[in-house]
Amino acid sequence: MGFTVMFYVIAIVTLGSALMMVISKNIFHSALLMMVAFLGIAGVFVLLHADFLAVTQVLVYAGAITIFVVFAIMFTMRGDMKTTNLFSRNLIPGALLSLIMIVVNAVMVLTTKWPLKATTAPESTAKEIANLMLTKYVVAFEVTAVLLLVAMLGAIVIVKEVKKSS
Amino acid sequence: MSSIINFLFNIGLPHFLILSGTLFFIGLFSVLAKRNLIAILMGMEIMLSSVNINLVAFNRYTTAPALHGHVFALFVIALAAAEVSVGLALIISVYRQHKSVEADDIDSMKW
Repeated sequence: MGFTVMFYVIAIVTLGSALMMVISKNIFHSALLMMVAFLGIAGVFVLLHADFLAVTQVLVYAGAITIFVVFAIMFTMRGDMKTTNLFSRNLIPGALLSLIMIVVNAVMVLTTKWPLKATTAPESTAKEIANLMLTKYVVAFEVTAVLLLVAMLGAIVIVKEVKKSS
Repeated sequence: MSSIINFLFNIGLPHFLILSGTLFFIGLFSVLAKRNLIAILMGMEIMLSSVNINLVAFNRYTTAPALHGHVFALFVIALAAAEVSVGLALIISVYRQHKSVEADDIDSMKW
């Protein structure tokens, strides 16, 4: 019973803040509501017994990515923030497409027979994740490290001020 | 009728899949219908993050105690961090060139 109530509270908070993020006319409010949505997703991870992923979600998404987005807003906006995040002329087609796809997705999930198994959630996940990452997925782990380095260098090179040649 | 109530009260894999799908298409709505480039990027972040719910939910209800889905979700988080840093760098670079972050204003290659 507690699990059911928690699921619905977290689902409503997550979906509501994500929807408000899209509807909001002020991009700064959008960024803060995006952070609430990420925290709600961390709550979903806790419900699924993924403690390590929940902490990573809070650190990387709710912490780092939100700060990144807020920095970018500070760099690119000036003056009045009230109407910085309006809908384009694709509002009606986009809303219709999303609504149809949400319904189609729900119907398909409900009519599919999923191969469920009676599983037991592990007590703590960090140790098992570390085992998998440094044995079976060690190549992907190293490639991800290189990818993050390349992304950091790329970001620095892209935003570097270009000197006027004159 | 009682089967519907039973479905609403017993939270299982389909509930998490519907939640993550709905979140994904809210993100898609943001990507399709917003004018500001930063809002489009925020919608992409929501989409990437909702996919993680899928991975972890399948891991919990079909393959636990093995945690391959969790490892996959961690790689997706690392990719999202790389993506958002490069994407925002591109947006700032575009802002320097065009003095605008509206998607409709960036049309210098349009005939």
